[in-house]
Amino acid sequence: MHFFEDIKIGQRRELGSFNFTADAIKAFAAKFDPQRFHLDEEEGRKSLFGGLAASGWHVGSACMKLLVAHSQREANEMTARGEKVAVWGPSPGFRELRWIKPVLAADTIHFATEVETLRTSSSRPEWGILEARHSGTNQRGEPVFSMLATAFVPRRNSNT
Amino acid sequence: MSTLVFEDFKLGPLGRFGPRHVTAEEIRAFAAEFDPQPMHLDEAAAAGSMLRGLAGSGWHLCSIIMRMMFDGFIGRTASLGSPGVNELRWLAPFRPGDDIMLDIEVTEARVSRSRPTTGIVMFKMVASNSSGQALCEMVSPIIVERRGETVT
Repeated sequence: MHFFEDIKIGQRRELGSFNFTADAIKAFAAKFDPQRFHLDEEEGRKSLFGGLAASGWHVGSACMKLLVAHSQREANEMTARGEKVAVWGPSPGFRELRWIKPVLAADTIHFATEVETLRTSSSRPEWGILEARHSGTNQRGEPVFSMLATAFVPRRNSNT
Repeated sequence: MSTLVFEDFKLGPLGRFGPRHVTAEEIRAFAAEFDPQPMHLDEAAAAGSMLRGLAGSGWHLCSIIMRMMFDGFIGRTASLGSPGVNELRWLAPFRPGDDIMLDIEVTEARVSRSRPTTGIVMFKMVASNSSGQALCEMVSPIIVERRGETVT
């Protein structure tokens, strides 16, 4: 992971794709979101979603999975090049999360993230604050998911 | 028990739900599947992290909150789903052994302009642990059928 000084507004990372199988949709829903349109094909068809739809929290969690995998690959590559890897802080949260279109069984969602804002903090000079727009697009190129996530990123000359 | 419709949601406190007990096993299982960072998986690595001990993924906490909402009221509401989350803040880590409580308040309720057979109800939710420390705060709407209307 990069230090604050090495990040530019507009930088985009393609995170990869996640396939939402009917079984995975139902397994997540049974644990965390057992609304009828997340559990049963026929109920999904009768709902506003028009088919068995993944829980929005499943979509967000899949985005997180790809972000973590991407960051770990990036960290390994940086280590291999002999560069120092920055350890980002825990996220304080997000805003503007939109489930734009339903994610239906057998959909494959491509996720990406793009840096939107960067600022420093006078109260915490060792950290920079980054906002990144995470987005998901289905196999037809339709946007299905968007959120603006906040992260604390260490500055290069701090001791953290 | 009758199904809750848009007209049943009045501004103000809706209820307090829980407790939902959290185990180390489920924290590690969720993290292994969706958020395999060391502080969510391994006690030793977590002890040295900024979270100072094993803590659950923020997405796991969101998913637990969703389940608590379902068990609390969405399971008996004519809900048509949610368009998103306006704002969510992770305020403190959640830990193995926590008994999570969820306080829910209705902050806004209006008829949908684009789909007048439905209403949009805005909820503010605060999840806290048994010592009363707030862990997560979220503002999110759901779309609910109006009385006497069948949308689907």
